[in-house]
Amino acid sequence: MAQLKSPAELARTRQQIISRRTEKRYIAINASGTCGLAYGSDQVFQAFVAEIERQGLTGQVGVRATGCLGFCENSPIVIIFPEEICYLGVKPEDVPEIVSRTLVGKKLVNRLLYKDGNGKKIVHEGEIPFYKHQSRIVFGNNRFIDPKSIDDYIALGGYSALAKALFEMSPEEVLETVKRANLRGRGGGGFPTGIKWQTTRNAPGEIKYVIVNADEGDPGAYMDRSLLEGNPHSVLEGLIIGAYAIGSHEGYIYVRQEYPLAVENLSVALNQAREYGLLGENILGSRFNFDVTIHRGAGAFVSGESSALMTAIEGKVGEPRPKYVRTAVSGIREMPSNLNNVETWANVPLIINQGADWFASIGTEGSKGTKIFSLVGKVNNTGLVEVPMGMTLREIIHDIGGGIRQGKKFKAVQTGGPSGGCIPESLLDIPVDFDELAKVGSMMGYGGMIVMDEDACMVDVTRYFLNFLAEESCGKCVPCREGIRQMLHILNRICEGEGKAGDIELLEELSEVVRDASLCALGTTAPNPVFSTIRYFRDEYEAHIKERRCHAGVCKALIAYYILPERCQACMICLRECPVEAITGGKNVVHVIDQDKCTKCGTCLEVCPSRFTAVVRLSGEPVPPAPPPKTEVVRSKGAQK
Amino acid sequence: MRGVTLNIDGREVKAKEGMTILEAARDAGIYIPTLCYHEKLAPYGACRLCTVEISRNKRTRLVTACVYPTEDGLVVKTESPRVIKIRKMLLELMLSSAPVKTIQDLARQYGVAKPRFKAEKTVCILCGLCVRYCAEIKRANAIGFVGRGIERRVVFFPEIASTVCASCRECFSLCPTGKIPSETDGVCFDDLTLEDFLGARPARV
Repeated sequence: MAQLKSPAELARTRQQIISRRTEKRYIAINASGTCGLAYGSDQVFQAFVAEIERQGLTGQVGVRATGCLGFCENSPIVIIFPEEICYLGVKPEDVPEIVSRTLVGKKLVNRLLYKDGNGKKIVHEGEIPFYKHQSRIVFGNNRFIDPKSIDDYIALGGYSALAKALFEMSPEEVLETVKRANLRGRGGGGFPTGIKWQTTRNAPGEIKYVIVNADEGDPGAYMDRSLLEGNPHSVLEGLIIGAYAIGSHEGYIYVRQEYPLAVENLSVALNQAREYGLLGENILGSRFNFDVTIHRGAGAFVSGESSALMTAIEGKVGEPRPKYVRTAVSGIREMPSNLNNVETWANVPLIINQGADWFASIGTEGSKGTKIFSLVGKVNNTGLVEVPMGMTLREIIHDIGGGIRQGKKFKAVQTGGPSGGCIPESLLDIPVDFDELAKVGSMMGYGGMIVMDEDACMVDVTRYFLNFLAEESCGKCVPCREGIRQMLHILNRICEGEGKAGDIELLEELSEVVRDASLCALGTTAPNPVFSTIRYFRDEYEAHIKERRCHAGVCKALIAYYILPERCQACMICLRECPVEAITGGKNVVHVIDQDKCTKCGTCLEVCPSRFTAVVRLSGEPVPPAPPPKTEVVRSKGAQK
Repeated sequence: MRGVTLNIDGREVKAKEGMTILEAARDAGIYIPTLCYHEKLAPYGACRLCTVEISRNKRTRLVTACVYPTEDGLVVKTESPRVIKIRKMLLELMLSSAPVKTIQDLARQYGVAKPRFKAEKTVCILCGLCVRYCAEIKRANAIGFVGRGIERRVVFFPEIASTVCASCRECFSLCPTGKIPSETDGVCFDDLTLEDFLGARPARV
């Protein structure tokens, strides 16, 4: 491929790519994304390639290995274009049937279609409730792109925003457009991107850096990985446009160590972009030079913090800097350095192509555009969802997520990752944007959204996040390190049934100091889980401390299993299933749990037949004395049937 | 050099441009407590004890005096109620891990008695004076940090320590908790083998 020397050559190349394609239909399989691969999408992809050749459809039907398609738990996902027929959970052995029936015979394979709650089958991808309520402006192109093919991206109009920026706009105009669009950082704080760019542009310094933060570390969040794996060129195009606006000629993409496929797809993308003259010297003949280096992280959550990330790029240990000067002014090697996260960069080409007004027409007053969330936890449909800012939590959880699994009750949704907060049912109607989430004591963060049902103990959940932060803090400053250590001790104590009066107040007092005195954002936001759970679920803390009771039955030290003698039918099931042989009894003899031996695994409760329901979980009340040995069962009428 | 004028605790203080709040305060004889600060070393901002409250244009903010640069017109309060609250809590936290004289004296000064937290005697507050002195002044890098979060600790690197430490020991007097001298004193570094070092990981009582 010869280097493209002008926007006209880019447009011509695009036309050639499109006209070269003879296939009228093509099949997208999420075989170039980690979640799809884990489900065996690659075998399905290979099976399609082989079957299409076998049935003589080569040249008529194309097969494309795409990145993440969002609805990950139903992988391998197969979408047949142009009809957008969507098959879920496809296995290699289904492939010949799909090719014969659907591609040749124009009939559906019903069993692979999505089935809604009422058993109704849905054919088209866009009509599946999970997808129907989304607006996938950033993430949606994953469907049409093999991430290892720059041609796929160009065919969709890729790099036309770059051409427009370089040839039709001055750097100032690009900057102004991004500012007017009011794009805010998708990595956590929601800082206005245009203002950050301007700071770096205006800061004195011979060299300026632009950086992609792909150190996505929040438990359960994977939207940045999915964008980098599935549509690396969109991130790269945004980065080059940003570099042009800022006056930077050198960039870094900081990818966390745990994302090998993202690094692979990105490396291919960089090489292809260089070959096409879209990266490197004299980009598209514009005399603008810019190149980029991939920097792989070494597995530290704290490196997602901007100054820590830049310190890591310098080759030092990734720890935050104590300085009160923004990295936009003094970052890598003390040069002005502009850092934005993956999703932020991926929004830039859209804004340039479609304009600031278009972008600003989506979303709420203060938060424009869309946001990708990783919707996980106890919802029926989990996956990556992209919605306009301002959609309510209820819509996301119920309309897209399909509500809570097994008809259980919703308890809380945790947004913003480990330093976010837990939001209760009463606030589910708030519109999701940067400011509203902050108001209720949580945050947008990377866009993690963990849904919890009635089985979650909020004290235990808080303990989980603090435990994560205790390991992932860099440990440099006293309030963060020692504060988190002690918060964790107190939470452990409460969960172990040793909570004391005053513990909640001590947690609050400590949390305030950790928030006010810590060196970086990891520390200042670390108490958020504590603050928000005490704010909304104080009753659970109090029950743990005062009544030694765990509502959800999670904290083992606070629960006991007990067999109701009058209900036990001596069926021997729990007795046999108990892994520690803590249950005694026999045929016709009431079963009894030896509380000293019991490890509180809950197996007896699970296996006790529902027509008996003789096993109960107690919390906050004493275990009744065991019946005398050899007590005979009372046969209930229900049991005799 | 151009000077700046700021207000610390109601007093006009003149400082050289580029000075930190801590340096300006100390020059003016105003006390701000520190544990990780050393005039020969780059500011580190880890103990957070020098946190002060600053205000500019009616906006107040908590910053560490050892890092924050002086500016014209800056108003600094070194002992505001918020600052005192933070220092007390930091000392209470440090007292739980390092109940030693330096910390006890400071705690007493701020009226902190027995800590309410679980004692976890690492006897090290990770101020990094030893590590930074060895790196910045001695350029030896014989001692450093390992681990992360609550597992972070200071260790001597045997390959280097066994050749340079015996004749130096300058970090001994810097250590505010006395952990380094107490764990290494009386032992000649060059007599030690690699195993001795690996076995001599800081005690986690």
